[in-house]
Amino acid sequence: MRWRLPSSPRIGVITYPGSQDDRDALWALAALDGEAVAVWHEEPELPDLDAVVLPGGFSYGDHLRCGAIAGFSPATAAVREFADAGGLVLGICNGFQILCEAGLLPGALLRNESLRFVCRDVPLTVERDDLPFTARCTAGRRIVLPVKHGDGRYLPPPDLDPEQVVLRYVDNPNGSTGDIAAVCNWAGNVMGLMPHPEHAVDPLLGSDDGALLLASLVDAARERVLAAI
Amino acid sequence: MLVRPKPGILDPQGEAVGSALGHLGFAVKDARVGKVIDLDVEAADATEAKAKVEKMCEELLANPLIESYEVEIAQQS
Repeated sequence: MRWRLPSSPRIGVITYPGSQDDRDALWALAALDGEAVAVWHEEPELPDLDAVVLPGGFSYGDHLRCGAIAGFSPATAAVREFADAGGLVLGICNGFQILCEAGLLPGALLRNESLRFVCRDVPLTVERDDLPFTARCTAGRRIVLPVKHGDGRYLPPPDLDPEQVVLRYVDNPNGSTGDIAAVCNWAGNVMGLMPHPEHAVDPLLGSDDGALLLASLVDAARERVLAAI
Repeated sequence: MLVRPKPGILDPQGEAVGSALGHLGFAVKDARVGKVIDLDVEAADATEAKAKVEKMCEELLANPLIESYEVEIAQQS
């Protein structure tokens, strides 16, 4: 039974050992009127949540492959159940890598073609504006978000449906196939992206385009709360 | 076990190694960089050990989309 106001949907942010952007994600979601809830990676069950964010960083030191070990953590198993039940899940950077390794999103993320860590603002083209993560965007328009990664080269599986591509780089920073920066699952309730919307929610930070994505997520989570009442 | 980038997957690390070897005067047509994982596993025989490690490869140690793997068994008493 929920007794809280539905105006503030609860959005969990998982902290793995080595997560770095969990606090920025919590801060950004709260700034966009979400009720941001920190979730520790050892939690076998998620608290009552309306959406989940897997943040950036270097979970488990990026050992073996980026995101591979976090893919087996108890909280990730709970996220899988949440996603299978239709829950909204957004993976940012390392979170995207974790979702791919866990099989919740198609494809894999490999070392940047340049072998260099890239850290800069990049323009992106929005391919889909009909998702819970992009409803505030306009397909075909450009947004600017920062990237900061060494392993961001997206390799899709051979059978990736082009409809699953959500964002593309205008000027590919890492060698991703098809300039792909973000993909979603078939159902459209799980999305992963290498750029960091949580670092771009205020003009003071260089761009507030990240708020388009995160506020879309907050909106969609709120709609789900209202629909459940 | 040996884990390798699958054929056709761009391996920039291998390219960098190949190019460095070229600078040193070694003629190398192609270089690819993988990794070796040594595991100490208890099993009744080599077949059982191999089956165990192959399962580990499929679940965690290799990503089948991008990597191939080979298991070699060295017996120990």
